[in-house]
Amino acid sequence: MEASKNMIGNGKIRSVDEAILLIKDGSRIMVGGFGLAGNPDCLIDALTKSSVRDLTIISNDLGAPNTGLGKLLTNGQVKSLIGNYYNWNPEVAKAYNEGVIDVKLLPQGTFVEAIRAAGVGIPAFYTPASVGTELSKNKEIRSFNGRDYVLEEAVHADVALIKAYKADALGNLIYYKTARNFNPVMAMAADLVIAEVDEIVAPGDLDPECIITPHLFVDVIVKGGK
Amino acid sequence: MNIIPEAEAKIRIAKRIARKFSESSKKIIINLGVGIPTMVADYIEGGNVCVQAENGMLGVGPVAPEGMADRQLINAGRQPVTETRGCCYFDSSISFGMIRGGHIDATVIGAFEVSKTGDIANWVIPNGKQLGVGGAMDLVSGAKEVIVAMTHTTKDGKPKLVKNCSLPVTGIGEADMVVTELAVFCFEDGEMVLKEIAPEASLDLIRSLTEAEFKVDANLKTMEV
Repeated sequence: MEASKNMIGNGKIRSVDEAILLIKDGSRIMVGGFGLAGNPDCLIDALTKSSVRDLTIISNDLGAPNTGLGKLLTNGQVKSLIGNYYNWNPEVAKAYNEGVIDVKLLPQGTFVEAIRAAGVGIPAFYTPASVGTELSKNKEIRSFNGRDYVLEEAVHADVALIKAYKADALGNLIYYKTARNFNPVMAMAADLVIAEVDEIVAPGDLDPECIITPHLFVDVIVKGGK
Repeated sequence: MNIIPEAEAKIRIAKRIARKFSESSKKIIINLGVGIPTMVADYIEGGNVCVQAENGMLGVGPVAPEGMADRQLINAGRQPVTETRGCCYFDSSISFGMIRGGHIDATVIGAFEVSKTGDIANWVIPNGKQLGVGGAMDLVSGAKEVIVAMTHTTKDGKPKLVKNCSLPVTGIGEADMVVTELAVFCFEDGEMVLKEIAPEASLDLIRSLTEAEFKVDANLKTMEV
C-alpha cells in the first residue's frame, strides 16, 4: 500500500472517485459506522459502483439488504467478513450458509479492541469476553489471577473508510455525536486511511483541544454530500 | 399458556428492575440491552442513574420524540435518542474499556435461557438465520452486576430457567439476578435463590415452571407489582 500512498502526492484532499481508485481487488477494508450512524455513505456508494472485488470487509455490521455496505454483498464484491452483528442484514447468513462468503464473528468489544491493538502496535491481547463460548473455540485460554481469558489477535486492514464531521486540510478530525463509534479506532489501523467529512476547514480553525483524530493517521480527505 | 399476558409481563419486569435502580442511594452507571431492558429506562425515578450505550454515549436520554430524531444520535438498539445535561460521546474502544474495565455498575440484558449456575444464553438460536453477537459477551463478563430480564417461560410455556443451557452460551456463571413476571432470583455462591414471588403465583407454580433447582430465601417476599 506504500505505492498507493505515494500516488496521493501533496495535499490530502481528493474527490470521492479519485479516492476509490486507490483501492485494489482483494483488499482488506475497514468501514466505520454502527447501524446507519457514522457510515462513510459517499465512499461506500462509490465502492459499490466500482469494479473492485474479492474484498474482505471489516465492519460492525453490513447495513441492510442492498443498502449501504449490504450493496457490496448483493453485487458479489465480498469474499469475507470480519465483524460483529449481521442480524440487520439476513443476506449475510444466507451467503455464509451457501458457502459464498467466509464470516469471522467477534464480540463487539473484542472486535474494536483488535482494531485498536493493530493501530497501536500490539499483536494480540487477552480478554475475558467469550470465554466458555463457541466464539473462543480453538483459541488460547490463559488464566491470570484466577480468571480465564482468551487470546485474540489484532485486526489490521489495507484501507480504512471512515466518517468524520469536520476535517482541517491537514487531516485533523472531529466527530458528531454517536456517529463517532468505530471511526477514530479504524483511523489508526489501516495502511491507507480515507476520511469522508461534511466540511473541510483551514488548519487552525478546529480547536486543538477538541481534535479526536490527529492528522498523521489520515491520508486522504474527501468531502461527502450532506 | 402464560399466566400474565406478554405485554403486561414485560412492563412488570421492566418496572421491577427500574425500582432497584431508583432505590440506589449513590450514582450508578447502567447499560441496557434491547427489548425489555430498554423499557427499564421508562420507569427509573430519581437522579442517581446514568445510562451508558455501548455505541459510544454516557448520559443517554429518552427516545427522541417524533420529528426530533437525529439519525446520528442513536442507542445500541439503533433507536434515535436524546441527550441529557452533561452527556458525553466517545469511541467504541473507550466504550468497551468502560464495560470490560469494570466501570459499569450494572447491565440489564434479555435472554433465551439462564441455567441454575448462572450461565446465560442470549445471542443466537442456531437456525441458520442469525449471524451476530453484539456486545453481550463483553457486557456479561465486564459489568459489575448482570441482571437478566426475561419472561418466565417461552411462548409455548417451556421453562427458560433451565438445568443446563441447550442454546449456545454468552457467558458462564455470569448472571447475578433474574427478574421474570412471576419471580425474582439472585445467584448466591453459585446457587439460584428465589427472593420474590408474584402475588398471583404460588411456590408450587414457580417450581412447575422452573426446570432449574433453586433454594427459597428464608425471607421470601411478595413481588411488588
